[in-house]
Amino acid sequence: MTSARRNRKAYGVKGAPYAFLLPATILFALFFALPIGYAIWLSLHKVQVKGLGLGSGARKEVWAGLENYADALTDSELLAGALRVLGYGAVVVPVMLGLALLFALMLDADRVRLAPVTRLAIFLPYAIPGVVAAMLWGFLYLPDVSPFYFVLDRLGLPQPDLLDGGPLYLALSNIAVWGGTGFNMIVIYTSLRAIPAEVHEAAKLDGATPLQTALRIKIPMVVPSLVLTFFFSIIATLQVFSEPTTLRPLTNSVSTTWSPLMKVYQDAFRKGDIHSAAATAVIIALVTLVLSFGFLRAANSRTRQEAAR
Amino acid sequence: MSSLAVRKAAPAAGTTPGTAQGPPPRRRRIALVPTVTLLIGALYCLLPVAWVVIAATKSGSELFSTFTFLPGTGFTQNVSDLNAYRDGVYWKWMANSALYAGLGAFLSTAVSAFSGYALAIYRFRGRETVFNILLAGVLMPPVILAIPQYLLMAEADLTDSYASVLLPLVLSPYGVYLARIYSAAAVPADIVEAGRMDGASELRIFTRIALPMMVPGLVTVFLFQFVAVWNNFLLPYIMLSDDEKFPITLGLFTLLEQGSNTPALYTLVITGALLAVIPLVALFLVVQRFWSLDLLSGAVKS
Repeated sequence: MTSARRNRKAYGVKGAPYAFLLPATILFALFFALPIGYAIWLSLHKVQVKGLGLGSGARKEVWAGLENYADALTDSELLAGALRVLGYGAVVVPVMLGLALLFALMLDADRVRLAPVTRLAIFLPYAIPGVVAAMLWGFLYLPDVSPFYFVLDRLGLPQPDLLDGGPLYLALSNIAVWGGTGFNMIVIYTSLRAIPAEVHEAAKLDGATPLQTALRIKIPMVVPSLVLTFFFSIIATLQVFSEPTTLRPLTNSVSTTWSPLMKVYQDAFRKGDIHSAAATAVIIALVTLVLSFGFLRAANSRTRQEAAR
Repeated sequence: MSSLAVRKAAPAAGTTPGTAQGPPPRRRRIALVPTVTLLIGALYCLLPVAWVVIAATKSGSELFSTFTFLPGTGFTQNVSDLNAYRDGVYWKWMANSALYAGLGAFLSTAVSAFSGYALAIYRFRGRETVFNILLAGVLMPPVILAIPQYLLMAEADLTDSYASVLLPLVLSPYGVYLARIYSAAAVPADIVEAGRMDGASELRIFTRIALPMMVPGLVTVFLFQFVAVWNNFLLPYIMLSDDEKFPITLGLFTLLEQGSNTPALYTLVITGALLAVIPLVALFLVVQRFWSLDLLSGAVKS
């Protein structure tokens, strides 16, 4: 082989990964980087109206600095929305992951029956769009069509309004728990199956009960999966949009600004104030990033400590 | 590679040496607590599905008057009403969803395959940087993207088009991540090297040798993306105004919105919801054996 040929070959290999990554890079630039840059640009500007705001040139985009951010951070509606989502997440994340872990452990138990069927049934809601899930549950919450109210009525029990006040949080949380438990269960269950059989046998020989095995051996060994599912759940919670939006036609208690994302939508497309909407969106993105990275770091140092022990 | 399917993971009750030690009758005993817990969980998950199946059989008047779990008599009427609603726009929504999800997932899988393979097999400058930047995309709230995406699409005169819903979803950072861990596990470096020795081009090595090995992982990426696009609501909600282009999620939502003024539409919404659930559930039942779900947890063993 001449050196020229070898060079050309080496060059071909060198160029290949860049060529393979080209489509992803172009798409990332167009649909991720450019929009993010544009959103940041928008959030730092505002519209200045000259005179009556009529005619071309009367509306001009001018530098606003951090003004939009200051407005967003002091906006009581946004703050209230953030608190609502916080309360919602405080219910959804622990309940959903707790149930997912419980079901995964039960699937992994010895002598359990009907495991394949129940596993499929619990995973099924993952295939149902959030909007449709919210509709189905929404109807189940409606007194006129709900079987729950029918039963309560026959028993002569009081019938709480599930779509108002405190119960509304539970009603919304239930939709998320219903939709997300199965997916997380599968993730946790898969890593339970990855635990070597010797570990189980050793525990059994030591006379550990199933409960002890679960608490002392299985759960500690699936911590990485729990971290992953926790991480995805938090991101999903912060971005809750379609479920409360879907429930709106069924109740007056879900405002147009119930969650921060709904407020962003409202500002951008109903009020037409894209500048403050962009600022709010950037804040939500930053909170998501800070929370996720903070959480990942904490989780990483935990696992490293454990490995060191 | 067979170790990747979750199905193999069906509990090996009674076959482990630990349980075999007891006398025979004990082996047949059912673990009551786990079985009952799982049954309760399954009932909870099936409840709304069972409800929608029954509610779709009720006529408008039966919906509000008879007991919820009692089947009605109006199913065929409901379906033909849905069929007739605005000249069958419902079926247009279903076809749109199939197009968005099918084509979107296909393109997305192709892009993920190329990038995941490149990131797993080659050592090149900037590899980790590219990977980390792509991963950060997972964390981006869709709305921070959706608003400027909408405005940029508007600049390009592309809003309210099929492309406006399709294009932003083609690059899936999560898909790239999955394709990377899968190709790292499934494509041995020696085989790539052997292909080079034989003088095959890099593209040929990828399409002829690596791609077939990556198929099980790519099926998972495809299905994952298919579900993600089929379930998507925010992007079409923002981009589209012409309801002829709506996907099923957005179509049903607008139907429900109108239903709050005219309760007669509720039966349409319910029947529509049932029919919208069927294709994806059927897809799930058919392909569940091909999903390597443990890939989703990142727990790939080579």
